[in-house]
Parts: sequence; C-alpha cells; structure tokens
Amino acid sequence: MEAHLEPAPGKKEEPRGRPRHWPRGVLRFCRQRPLGAVGGGVFLIMVLTALLADFISPYNPLQTNYGAMLLPPGGQHWMGTDAFGRDILSRIIYGARTALLVGFSASFFGATLGALIGVICAYFGGKTDVVIQRLIEILLSFPMIVLALAMMAVLGTGLLNVIVAITIPLVPRSAQVIRSSALSIRNLPYVDAARACGFTHSRIMFRHILPNVVAPYLILLTAYLGGAILTEASLSFLGVGVAEPTPAWGLMLKGAAVTFAETAPWMAIFPGLSISAAVFAFNIFGDSLRDELDPKLRTQ
Amino acid sequence: MKEFQSRNRPPGILEVKDLKTYFFTPGGVVKAVDGVSFDVQEGETVALVGESGCGKSVSALSILQLVPNPPGKIVNGRIIFQGRDLRGLGGEEMRKVRGKEIAMVFQEPMTCLNPVLTIGRQLTETMEEHLNLRLAEAESRSVEFLKLVGIPDPPKRLRQYPHQFSGGMRQRVMIAMALSCNPRLILADEPTTALDVTIQAQILELLKRSTREMKVAMILITHNLGVVARYADRVNVMYAGKVVESGFSREIYHQPGHPYTLGLLHSVPRLDEPRKAKLDPIEGQPPDLANLPRGCSFRPRCRFADDLCARETPPFRDLGGDHFSSCWREELPRRR
Repeated sequence: MEAHLEPAPGKKEEPRGRPRHWPRGVLRFCRQRPLGAVGGGVFLIMVLTALLADFISPYNPLQTNYGAMLLPPGGQHWMGTDAFGRDILSRIIYGARTALLVGFSASFFGATLGALIGVICAYFGGKTDVVIQRLIEILLSFPMIVLALAMMAVLGTGLLNVIVAITIPLVPRSAQVIRSSALSIRNLPYVDAARACGFTHSRIMFRHILPNVVAPYLILLTAYLGGAILTEASLSFLGVGVAEPTPAWGLMLKGAAVTFAETAPWMAIFPGLSISAAVFAFNIFGDSLRDELDPKLRTQ
Repeated sequence: MKEFQSRNRPPGILEVKDLKTYFFTPGGVVKAVDGVSFDVQEGETVALVGESGCGKSVSALSILQLVPNPPGKIVNGRIIFQGRDLRGLGGEEMRKVRGKEIAMVFQEPMTCLNPVLTIGRQLTETMEEHLNLRLAEAESRSVEFLKLVGIPDPPKRLRQYPHQFSGGMRQRVMIAMALSCNPRLILADEPTTALDVTIQAQILELLKRSTREMKVAMILITHNLGVVARYADRVNVMYAGKVVESGFSREIYHQPGHPYTLGLLHSVPRLDEPRKAKLDPIEGQPPDLANLPRGCSFRPRCRFADDLCARETPPFRDLGGDHFSSCWREELPRRR
C-alpha cells in the first residue's frame, strides 16, 4: 500500500499539462482497467508475433509434409498439422500478420476517409451535407459483411482487395460519428473567427476542425480493428478473401478443416480460438480506451 | 434619406448604404438589418449601439460577408470599402479582405481561440496567409504584437495553449491577431462584454490606443453608452434593424434626438446624480423583427408616441451639425 502512495506527489503534476511520464499512465490504466489491460496485452503479443513471425515460427507455414498429415497436437507440432502436413502453429503465427495487416489498414483507411468526409459534411452543411448523408445512409443500410462480400465479388480475391472491401463499409460508419463531433465544433466561435481571419475552407477544415476531433477518431480506430479482423476472417472463410496458400485464420477454418472436423478438430479449434481471442481482446481494449479518454472529451 | 452622410462628410474608408440583411426562417422573414446606412472615416472610431437583437452584430457580419447563408442573406445595399463594393467581390477576393483589410475582434475570447493550437501558431497563421511571411519572420512579428498588447514574456507565451491564458489575456491575443496584418478597419463586436469589469477598461484603452497608433479605423459594437461616450468619435444608435440616430458622441450625449437614445441614457447609472435616484428603464420588449409594427418601430415603447407615429415611419431628419434622428418630435426634453 505504501509503495502505491509513493508516486502520489508526482501524480499531482499531471493536470498541469499532458502527462509526461507515460509509463505511469500505463500503470494507472492497468490498475484501473484490468480487463482492458489484458486486451492490451493480447494486442501487444499479437503485434509482436506478427512482427517476429520469421524468427519464432517453428516451421515454414507453406511447407507441405505428406509424411506428417493430420498429426494431433504434440511435441513436434504443438497445435498439430493440417491435411497437407503444414504446421498449424506456424500458420497461426503468420496468419496474425495477415489479420493485423488487413485489420490495421482497413480500420485506418476507413476511419480516416470517414473522418475527412464527416468534417467536410459538418463544415459545409446544406446541400453538400444532405447529398453525402443520403449516400452514407444507403451504404449503412447494408450489413458490413454483405457490403464487403459485394465489394469482393466486384474486385476479386487478393490481399489488397480485401483491405479495400473492408475499408468501404467502415467509411460511412466513421463519417457519421465524426460528422456529429465536427458539427459541434463547427458552431464554436473560433471557427467563425478563423473565417473572419480570411482562411481558406480547406485550412479551416483540416487545420482548425480536424485536430479537435482526434479523440473520437482514435476511439473509432481501435473499435474498428476487431471488426475488421473478424470481417477478414469471415471473407476468407467464405472463400472470397485472401487466397490459398496465404496463411489466414479464416482460411484455415474452411475446406479440409470442415471435412476432418471430427477426426482432426485441432485444425479448426486453434485458428478459431485465435480469431475469438484477437477480436475479444481488441474490443475490450478499445472499450477501456474509450472510457479512459471520454471524461477528457467531455471537459473539452 | 439614403445619402444623408455624403452631404456633410467626405467619402470615408467604409460606407454602408441602405444595407438590408434578412433571415428567411420558417416563422417568416426576419429583417435583422433593414436599411442601415453609416460611414467610417479613416482612423475614426464609430460605435453601433443598441440592445440585443437590434442588428448590430449582423451589420458587422454583413460587412465581412459572413452572414450564415441559409437562412441569412444580404438582400440590398452597398458596402463600399476603400472604393470597392464588397458585395460585388468574389469568394476568393473577399477572403483576402477578411483578416487583411478588415479584421474582427469577437465577443467571447474564451471560445474564439482554437484550444488545440498554440497561441503562436494562431498568430503566425494569419500572417502567413495574408502577408506571405516565413515562419521565423511571422514569429518575431508575433512577439512584437504580443508586446504591443501588453502580454509579458511573449516568446514563452507563444508556445502556450489558449487554456493557459485568462479571459483578458485571450482578448489581448485576439486584438494582437486582429492588428497583426495591418488592417484598415477593425470590427470590435462587444469586445468587453464577456470580461471582468476591471479588465473592460484596460481592453478598451488598449483598443483605442493601438488603433490610434496604427491609424486603424474601428467599428465598436456595444450596448453600453458609457463606453461610447469615452471611446467613440461617432455614434449610430440602432433599433429594430434600423439606425434611429446618428451623430458625434458629444452631441448625442448632450442632446439626444431620439426617445430611444434618451431611454438608453436614462437606464445607465450616473455618478453625478444622487445615489438614491432610481434608474429609468425602457419598458417593454424589442419588437419581433419578423413582424414589425406599422409606423415607427419604437412607438409601442415610446412615451412620446402619438397617432402620427403609428401611421407613418418618421424620416431621418437633419438636426444640424451632422446629427440625424428619425423621430417626428422636433424637440425632446433635455436630459434629467
């Protein structure tokens, strides 16, 4: 207890400006939101796994071995092998790369494009806003996975196309949230003051309004990450996502995994667990992050 | 009536002629500014006085062409600034006038600065935009202007954010921003309303001193006739979207020509009267601008009103000595 009291004098410094000692902030986050911290931990492990895949993966994920097909989990292959004798652990490790690449890119581009559109709508208002909002509502009327499927049907399979297909359904969702934040900023006197200073529309939008909606933007970014990973897995599972032999979790759940579901359940169980763990971790991490940032949002 | 100023006064730096700014709302057409004319000479301070909702601020926004549209629209009039009609300028040309030629100081310094940008950034931004200065030049100029408006330790203050400044300090920053591009005219829209009484005089002194030093003309929008007497050269008293009296401050203060001006003067406490003397408020409410009464719009609240006032709008009469008033009465009782 006393050890906890020690850093108290230092804590008092925080309200003065931005917290300068980020390790202390992280520690506080862990103490106050243990569930979020667990999510953050899983997230960190996943990022490290993806980055260090080449070093930690025990086998080549693409290497087939017909002498070791459908091996159950054991000493040689911790998570067993699939119908082609490929090591499942290695495929999951490399699959994290695919999942994170798609997840990060799609949520980043989705949230960013949405933020730009949202700010433009809020700033100009009137007819511009009405037209763009109706288009957004049309896009929102499709469930995310359906729209992504339709996009994949148009674009064809492939990693880049998966990113595009997941980005597009995210854009209208982000645009609506950012628009509502930007609308309240747009009516603040400093925006009028900026206009009275003779600034161009783009300068006012991107220099004066955009920085003020960064907090909701960051929250959206983390919130979309889990959804994007799940959508990528779904697309791959449905056979329109990334193509074989690229290691991807959704892909590992289909084909042979279904055929041998009873005799070799480890083929489906481990990638399924990975997807669940990743999405769950991102969602609780995003939620905690939002709760952490929210009071500051309100006092702005 | 329309060209009343040009008879006695030379064409000024700004001439507003018969300006009409209406707001088209579902409840009807709100005539926020309905035929306002006034002019500002080089280096002069002109006050627009009146109670809330009489069209003072909308007049200022109309000059800068910043009336929110829809619902607002300038439907008539000329705004001649240095020989050019601002209404005829395109968006890009008008943008170059704003901040560069005509700068504005707003009412609420607490919310008029962007919370996420440093003071320095906000000051230099205007100069980069209008004077094409490089960042280093703009920064040294910012330091000079912060000194001018009386902010201690400018280099340090430049790196701070608005929340680290008090209300009065922020208004000083706003004034520094307004002056930084050498404008010819400053529109000060109730610059001291949101401030502490002790700070108000400082800010007004600062505005007066700096505009005099830099030979900048100023339109001072206020509802405080005390401010007007001290800081303005000319006064335009507005009521229900119209200028009802116009003249030099001394004239208006000593011999008001309109019952509304008289009422405003009587509703301000005076130090040279017995402290027990009651204030004399103007009874009633300002009229609904979407639904103005016939005749004189001040009639329902006027203690001198008669039948003529109800039938016809009074003309803008010349009372002599550049003093105009729109009232049927030739002579008002002198001040109490």
